[in-house]
Amino acid sequence: MNRISPSKPVVWTGYNFAYLDEQTKRMVRRALLKALAIPGYQVAFGGREMPLAYGWGTGAIQVTASIIGPRDRLKVIDQGSDDATNAASIRRFFRSVTGVETTASALDATIVQTRHRIPETPLRENQVLVYQVPSPEPLRKIEPRESETRKMHAYAEYGPMLLTLYEDIARYGRVASAYNCPVIVNERYLASPSPIPKFDNPKLSHSPAIQLFGAGREKRIYAIPPYTSVRSLDFEDFPFEPSRPDGRCSLCGSETSYLEEVIMDDVGGRMFVCSDTDYCRRRREGKGEGPVRAARAKA
Amino acid sequence: MAHVAINGGEEAILKSQTLVAEQRRGDVAVPEITLAQIASQLGLAVDRVMSEGSLYDRDLAALALKQAQGDALEAIFLLRAYRTTLPRIAASEPIDTSTMTVRRRVSATFKDVPGGQVLGATYDYTHRLLDFALSETADDAPRADVSAEPLDARMPSALDPLVSDGLIEEEIRSDAEAYDLTREPLCLPAGRDQRLQNLARGDEGFLLGLAYSSARGYGSVHPFVGELRAGEVTIQITPEELGFPIDIADIGVTECQMINQLHADPDDLPRFTRGYGLAFGHCERKTIAMALVDRAMRAAEFGEKVEHPAQNEEFVLSHSDSVEASGFVSHFKLPHYVDFQAETRLLRELRARARSEGEGEPSS
Repeated sequence: MNRISPSKPVVWTGYNFAYLDEQTKRMVRRALLKALAIPGYQVAFGGREMPLAYGWGTGAIQVTASIIGPRDRLKVIDQGSDDATNAASIRRFFRSVTGVETTASALDATIVQTRHRIPETPLRENQVLVYQVPSPEPLRKIEPRESETRKMHAYAEYGPMLLTLYEDIARYGRVASAYNCPVIVNERYLASPSPIPKFDNPKLSHSPAIQLFGAGREKRIYAIPPYTSVRSLDFEDFPFEPSRPDGRCSLCGSETSYLEEVIMDDVGGRMFVCSDTDYCRRRREGKGEGPVRAARAKA
Repeated sequence: MAHVAINGGEEAILKSQTLVAEQRRGDVAVPEITLAQIASQLGLAVDRVMSEGSLYDRDLAALALKQAQGDALEAIFLLRAYRTTLPRIAASEPIDTSTMTVRRRVSATFKDVPGGQVLGATYDYTHRLLDFALSETADDAPRADVSAEPLDARMPSALDPLVSDGLIEEEIRSDAEAYDLTREPLCLPAGRDQRLQNLARGDEGFLLGLAYSSARGYGSVHPFVGELRAGEVTIQITPEELGFPIDIADIGVTECQMINQLHADPDDLPRFTRGYGLAFGHCERKTIAMALVDRAMRAAEFGEKVEHPAQNEEFVLSHSDSVEASGFVSHFKLPHYVDFQAETRLLRELRARARSEGEGEPSS
């Protein structure tokens, strides 16, 4: 019996290019076109079971599988990193079922699939950013019934959402959510930006790239077409504030990128580094190993 | 303790999968388990995987169980992910369970029914004592006696007499094309076709808990198993170029017809109502639970108050699928560094603010 050796990635035979059959891809693309035509509106689609678990990026994987062609270059990130295990797993899946070239560079990629971050490198026209979305419905925490939230969107009845922001301000003096902060797309539909930190929210607006959002378990697709206004919910007297950890990246010195806290030892030592590993690496090129290795060598 | 970065992700995954393969094989001094052994000797596990995996194929279900080291939910997931790639060749005619080749058939509502009570193979009257004799392999296989006379080829439903007396609601027949949840997303409010398909694919444990809750007090279900039958039915398709149905296969199914509490329609005489359950293979617990939950979800149809989880169609249908549920629940072990970072920063800010206002803890 021939076994697929787990240690050798193979291009799978017996499956269609990009796993999904062509009819399914066409169905997903129709949903994508509708989503682009109604920015921010959640389009129900016949989501399929994928060979990766729900909640691990199946919606975005179906979107990517439906738009990818043999000449595309794919980048997959999780928490901003190409090397995170789930990003590596998804990248390997696409290599196995498409044979396309993969890249870590946000400059070279034609499709970037992401979980929880928007790359620091500004995206261009002819690039597509595909978001993994666990919960597409921004109103779900206020109203658990789908039948009701559909109506709230239909009537643009977003008062209850603003009320939760107001309650935060009354209680904490500020909006007490730091990620997945809802946005109004094209001045019409309330949408979830997926669980990106609110630091990333401004990058959603007027991006030259196409932004597609896939939620596999909930079987919803939505989109932000290029150059579309995306406004984070706020109040005139409490304007939206993207926040980032103070300080600079210990590796590349960036003072503008989103930083991750790295615990160095068990006596409270910590440092901050760019969460976007590709951006950080590009800034560091030619600068040697940086202080992290040195610090670790000491620890 | 030095910090170890999560990198080398791809390398780590490959090594992890090799480790899984090694653990799956287990002690090499013990012979490797074969698919034939699983398919024939772990038949009920195979039946569950086929049912909830929505694919009737004993060999593939056995393979899935072997690959998943016996984890039913993982095996169901494997089968679902495989079935999604299969082309749709034809839609079968509705199966007719009154023509079932019955292996087991019992009614809890009538002492005797046309066709007779057929106990068949059941654990119901075994005493749950560990049989230590099974810890050794036996040389001679046990053989059950075969009856001198065959059962009736056509065994009518035990509910038929109630139907002819008008004591129970008629079966709702429809020629409309059934909703297909494997091709279309769940659409609420759902028709009965969507509900039954969802329940048939739904997690046995979840449905069992819901059915139990509805019968125990969180629901107003008063059920009687009108009939429970298991056996083989013939699958027919009607190819376009032929225009008449042809037999293509026999499959094993279990069916539960539940008789439930009265409904008094203001314009009509009071009647019993129905709940229905059907699953591949031999899955009695699943089909009884399914029939109970099906009836519970019909509350609104009969003007009953919808106040319990099992009666709430959106609650039940949105949470019954084990592939969706286990994927989402287990995704919390994926990295959430970025969100956690943002949340931690917010928490520190809120604490600093509270402290400066003199409302927080004295110091930390």
